[in-house]
Amino acid sequence: MRSVRIGAQVLSVALVAGLLGLLVWKVAHQVGDSTVASDLRDGKEPAAPAFTLQRLDTDADLESSSLKGKVQVLNFWASWCVPCRDEAGLLQSASTEWRSRGVVVLGIDHQDLSSDARAFMRHYRLNYPVVHDAGDKLYQSYGATGVPETFCVNRDGKVVAHVPGAVTRDTLDSCIQGALES
Amino acid sequence: MALVLVPAAAASDRHPTQSELESEVVCPACHTTLDQSSSPIAQRMKAFIAARIRAGDTKTEIEDALVAQFGQAVLAKPATHGFDLVAWVLPIAGLLAGAAVVGVAAWRWSRNAPRGRPAAAAPPLDPELERRVDEELARFD
Repeated sequence: MRSVRIGAQVLSVALVAGLLGLLVWKVAHQVGDSTVASDLRDGKEPAAPAFTLQRLDTDADLESSSLKGKVQVLNFWASWCVPCRDEAGLLQSASTEWRSRGVVVLGIDHQDLSSDARAFMRHYRLNYPVVHDAGDKLYQSYGATGVPETFCVNRDGKVVAHVPGAVTRDTLDSCIQGALES
Repeated sequence: MALVLVPAAAASDRHPTQSELESEVVCPACHTTLDQSSSPIAQRMKAFIAARIRAGDTKTEIEDALVAQFGQAVLAKPATHGFDLVAWVLPIAGLLAGAAVVGVAAWRWSRNAPRGRPAAAAPPLDPELERRVDEELARFD
């Protein structure tokens, strides 16, 4: 009887200690869970998160390392998003205009069906690379909160600007210029 | 029970219904099941499911296609493998542990409860009192 009681007490203490440990771990990870967007708000220039994602414009994968040394305009979008339609033409123009200066526009399709995304790309005649962020990992690491959102990365791989919502000619040019000059 | 459930589950997998899948798939933008959402992406996902059902896909095939597009979180039910298995095992383990605690407590309580003791033998009656009781009772014979 005494051993049963001691066993139950040990089990209870172990259970409480385990739950406490889980709570501490969760809180510690939440505190340290900075995103690109939150770092930018704090005045930092965080490194662009690495990724390997499936391309929608070809059958291949795209690795972020292949964009090293280029200024990148990362645009999170989805085919069902109305403001994304409004800015599609601007992004396509920017891709053509800035290409000679080493600027790459990269579309990151998010929370979307690939077939719908491809139809969107055909409709708006997008010829810049587009990848599909299937598990939202890249979206979450950037700390985006909706679509569309655009981030500009300089040649050193640091994220230097963030445009929440649809870009305009001015905000897009300012984002790209900022990345070119930083 | 298993004999009834297994064929039913197999039939459900072969011939899924729209409402069944809409109640088990989560809209990634609004984080509710599809049957409770009318957001643009939910509408597109419902149309995708309808098309795949018409094409004769099984439930597993449709769920796999959705997971490939949106990630594992698109399924309302946690997976039955990997870390997600904890979500299935933990409640059952909790129930079993609770039942074990109740069982042990009941067993201990039944062992420690004061057992019924036989009533102590009544002290013998005074001879004089016993004689009077006999006389009184004899009057009713």
